[in-house]
Amino acid sequence: MTDHQHSQGTPPKSRGALPGLLKGLATTARTLAKPTHTAEYPDNQPHLPPRTRGVIALLEENCTSCMLCARECPDWCIYIDSHKETLPATTEGGRERQRNVLDRFAIDFSLCMYCGICVEVCPFDALHWSPEFEYAEVDILDLLHEKTRLGQWMPTVPPPPALDPSSAEAQEITAANKPPRKAPERKAPEVTT
Amino acid sequence: MGAALNPVLEVVLRSVSVLTAFLVLPLVVGQMEHKVMAHMQGRLGPMYAGGFHGWAQLVADGVKFVQKEDITPRAADRWVFKLAPAVALVPYLVALAVIPLSPTVVAADVDAGALFVLAASAVGILGLLMAGWSSANKYALLGGMRAAAQLLSYELPLVLSVASVALAAGSVSLTGIADAWHPLWLLWQLPGALVFLVAAVAELQRPPFDMPLADSEIVMGPFTEYTGLRFAFFLLSEYAGIVVMSLLFAVLFLGGWRGPFSDALGPFYTLFKGALIAVLIIWMRVSWPRLREDQLQRLAWLVLVPIALAQLALTAVWVVLSS
Repeated sequence: MTDHQHSQGTPPKSRGALPGLLKGLATTARTLAKPTHTAEYPDNQPHLPPRTRGVIALLEENCTSCMLCARECPDWCIYIDSHKETLPATTEGGRERQRNVLDRFAIDFSLCMYCGICVEVCPFDALHWSPEFEYAEVDILDLLHEKTRLGQWMPTVPPPPALDPSSAEAQEITAANKPPRKAPERKAPEVTT
Repeated sequence: MGAALNPVLEVVLRSVSVLTAFLVLPLVVGQMEHKVMAHMQGRLGPMYAGGFHGWAQLVADGVKFVQKEDITPRAADRWVFKLAPAVALVPYLVALAVIPLSPTVVAADVDAGALFVLAASAVGILGLLMAGWSSANKYALLGGMRAAAQLLSYELPLVLSVASVALAAGSVSLTGIADAWHPLWLLWQLPGALVFLVAAVAELQRPPFDMPLADSEIVMGPFTEYTGLRFAFFLLSEYAGIVVMSLLFAVLFLGGWRGPFSDALGPFYTLFKGALIAVLIIWMRVSWPRLREDQLQRLAWLVLVPIALAQLALTAVWVVLSS
């Protein structure tokens, strides 16, 4: 009971070094008897969680060369070149349309810090996280990967995880299920003279 | 068996077998440390070298060390610097030669074996001092000084505890001590045995007594400036030291080759008991943190020396009363 009268700062009375020493020995001996935690990586592939940030894959068809990713990238590691192409009118007397054609899309993984801002910011879902991580190179310059290489990682992108049972429906489904808006009842425009 | 052989041939044969043991046993202890330490920390340890559970890891390490550049600092005392690893290593080879695995399996049966081993292993310390002094490096010098202070204080309890068993056996010959051994010794020589074990670990500068090396404070102490093969020799001498001290402990306090069944198994009993002590030394390294310099000195002078003296007095009284 006298222990309680000690001021707050004093440590509890020591029982000597021996119990602590024996405890240390017991801990290591117990660990020795247990199975190890080592994952033998090159022999056994690691079990990666679905949202692993391994590498950024590019779905080229979705890219509109809008440059949002390149502008948001904190260390400017995305390179995009594009040019405009004029498409002929699809109907007689229609207007010619212009569209962007992606010439080059490259990510320099020696600069990339895997923040994922480009994936977040892409409005057309052209960039995706892939759990693939075995793309080390001998030369740091070889880590600049062009769009063909980025596209090859696309098949390794896992499907998006299912929503929580209690979560709100996805925006697209909500929009599709909305009852169609009634056309506003308009009076016939009065012709002013 | 010696009578039939040519004496020159016999000397060569004995030397070669000691050298073989000296090169193999430390590697076995080193590999054991790799594996035991790894599993005590929940790891696997080396798994690749040699194919089966990394058995050849230390051989691979040796090959690596041989390939490294042998650097001598410009300001170093060249000859002392270059000689130091040999001075650290060779005494353990000499000590190993006189430790008997059984009354017949011994390279050189010296009359005052216990004294000889202690004297020889104490010379090994000189190698560390030489390394620390000649490196022209502050960390090395600090480490050398720490080594000197530590070895000075722990030599005394070591010698006192050995004196106790020598007194109990009435002999300073290692063969004589092990022959006089009785299972009762495990009980009444226990304090001396514990003192010997602690002092031996301190003498080898193994954790928790690795103040002289203390890699987090003074880089690697006396070894800071060493590279390649010379550095490997220092490491080898550490493991050779474990072998010598473990076998010595087995012979002095555990009865060496005494055991059930056939006398022919004697050498294996000695090796087995020594291996147990080596595992214990590794176990202590894994479990306990490093002692501070003042704690180190306090332990030697206020705990180990009094216990060793008390043990010596107890043994003396027992011997006088029982004779």
